Amino acid sequence: MKKTGAEIFIESLFKEGVDTIFGYPGGAVLPIYDALYKSRLRHILVRHEQGAVHMADGYARATGRPGVVLVTSGPGATNTVTGLATAYMDSIPVVAFTGQVPTELIGNDAFQEADIVGITRPCTKHNYLVKDIRDLARVIKEAFYIATTGRPGPVLVDLPKDVLNDSTEFIYPDKVHIPSYQPTYKGHPGQIRKAVNQILASKRPIIYAGGGVISSNAANELRQFAKKLGIPVTTTLMGLGAFPGTDPLFLGMLGMHGTYGANMAVTNTDCLIAIGARFDDRVTGKIDEFAPYAKIIHIDIDPTSISKNVVVDIPIVGDVRGVLKDMMKLLTAAKVREFKKGLKEWLGDIDGWMKTHSLSAAQDMTRKIRPQYVIERLYKLTKGDAIITTEVGQNQMWAAQFFKFKEPRRLLTSGGLGTMGYGFPAAIGAQIACPDKTVIDIAGDGSIQMNIQELATAVEYKLPVKVAILNNRFLGMVRQWQEFFYDKRYSYTCIGNKPDFVKIAEAYGGVGLRAKKPDEVDPVIKEALKVKDRPVFMDFVVDAAEDVYPMVPAGQPLSKMLLV
Amino acid sequence: MRHTISISVMNEFGVLSRIAGLFSGRGFNIESLCVAETIDPRVSRMTIVTSGDDRIIEQITKQLNKLVNVIKVHDLTGEEYLERELALIKVNCNADNRAEVLSIVDIFRAKVVDVSPRSYTIEVTGDEEKIAAITELLRPFGIKEIVRTGRIAMARSPKAK
Repeated sequence: MKKTGAEIFIESLFKEGVDTIFGYPGGAVLPIYDALYKSRLRHILVRHEQGAVHMADGYARATGRPGVVLVTSGPGATNTVTGLATAYMDSIPVVAFTGQVPTELIGNDAFQEADIVGITRPCTKHNYLVKDIRDLARVIKEAFYIATTGRPGPVLVDLPKDVLNDSTEFIYPDKVHIPSYQPTYKGHPGQIRKAVNQILASKRPIIYAGGGVISSNAANELRQFAKKLGIPVTTTLMGLGAFPGTDPLFLGMLGMHGTYGANMAVTNTDCLIAIGARFDDRVTGKIDEFAPYAKIIHIDIDPTSISKNVVVDIPIVGDVRGVLKDMMKLLTAAKVREFKKGLKEWLGDIDGWMKTHSLSAAQDMTRKIRPQYVIERLYKLTKGDAIITTEVGQNQMWAAQFFKFKEPRRLLTSGGLGTMGYGFPAAIGAQIACPDKTVIDIAGDGSIQMNIQELATAVEYKLPVKVAILNNRFLGMVRQWQEFFYDKRYSYTCIGNKPDFVKIAEAYGGVGLRAKKPDEVDPVIKEALKVKDRPVFMDFVVDAAEDVYPMVPAGQPLSKMLLV
Repeated sequence: MRHTISISVMNEFGVLSRIAGLFSGRGFNIESLCVAETIDPRVSRMTIVTSGDDRIIEQITKQLNKLVNVIKVHDLTGEEYLERELALIKVNCNADNRAEVLSIVDIFRAKVVDVSPRSYTIEVTGDEEKIAAITELLRPFGIKEIVRTGRIAMARSPKAK
């Protein structure tokens, strides 16, 4: 039976198991919106296309399923670029459909035309322009396949209006055939054996786990592996939750704002086991002084990440979950017993470091609210059972340091690109994905204004997302750098105390609460947690002088942390 | 160090742009680039000459392999391979030196493909050294214009069984 391009689009999404899309209409996509009118596909109408992409991203991080975006041509498409780059840097499966002018007008500087395929080539895993309706179903299937396999990433599909209006027989292919795209999933058995032997021979091992563990759904395997061998674990920002944050083997996050214990352990280790992580500059500090005494084992699904920044001794390309399982098969009870005996001194050293400079959210109840205290109270009052999204800057770092994540897919944060304005729409996407969970965006007063318009979306769909605004009237992280490295020349980082966030929340139909003193923090949080049908802004008026510690200054090795 | 890399790609819309963009986006340099369809019209072959140390070349090769359209990447450097370029050289000549130009053309097994009262246009194919040599020999006559293709390359067949 013949179907139009718009109908094929919707039917293909159903075939892919999609139940929700995030979008904003426009001229070029009118045919799809008309078909959506009679469809049972759930469409979330946002207020800015960037919000749509971050929502799809938050949905994907919270569930592991691909997030889907639908926007119009020209400015609608270009508004997705930041969101796509965010998903690209953190390897998140998002499929974005953009409208395009009719094929005969492409390249003609037509109304609302943009070469979005050209613009997003460097910030998507792959992209397509569908020029013929007979390619449409195959391209959609390929787009979802590419976005969700190997190292996940965003894929963009550009749909010219005439293709959407054209019609053809709808046949959805049951297999994808891309001979040039064959990710490697199974780790090389020889390398795996080498790695296990190296680990068993080490006396000061440490596991450095990243976002790849979560993408691979390997948190259970990681936990089994670490606990079986008794090896301490540190994670990157993207890896928080991959290993239970409350476990005694967990050292906290490492890197520029990592804990003293984690950074000292990585600096002194003789065997660094990198799992699903990419040795990013925020983690390594000065590269030639990173893990100087260690043999490095690196397990990653993407060969380009291996030995890109740090030369690795035992690389293993493969899916983290499968490789960990294969490694555990090689561990005999006798070898493990022997190994664990040799770790006593190392574990003692680590214990000492962890106790020396531990993070503190202590609050003097007679002075200004400390932002760290707010995070800790959020943790305690939710019993750690919430999905946390963050914006970027000091708010993000404090959230990572003071909220303990016991499970994966609980912290949704823009790590690679560091996009301010990510957290609020991501929280909306996560709330839609997990309607029964408490979802809290930890924001700064600068970041929250970048996608504040999505309050309308949250109110419209009755989403009880809570936003904890750590309001210090500054662009906090930049102010901190100006304080440390530019002699306190606070150039254009003071943003003042407007708007009144309580009034803004109320103006959109949400709830606004404010805490100005430490004893008001708990009541505000408890009040917010009671709201079940609309978003809540919690305006915490915090001390602007607080800095994120520890801090490894740019270009310094991890051992040269600045401590309180 | 200079490397000649041969890449087989799915001949899809934008693939040349994607690969060139990969090089520029990551700061790898392209000295020359040549691409055309192979006997299978769905597959194109690209030959890129680039330079860098071993780490850079390893990254370039891995990043190319990562692209969805790229079927195979073969770094020919260090192996036995054939390389060829074609150059069109328009050289000044007059009644006095015409014969000398023609004898150079003859020695290099090149061809004259265009004639005018004051110039000859010469077509020459060969490896990089040959093109450089004939260009040097023609330079004293005055080269009006020179256009070169990029380098194309192919591995030699194994000689032993």
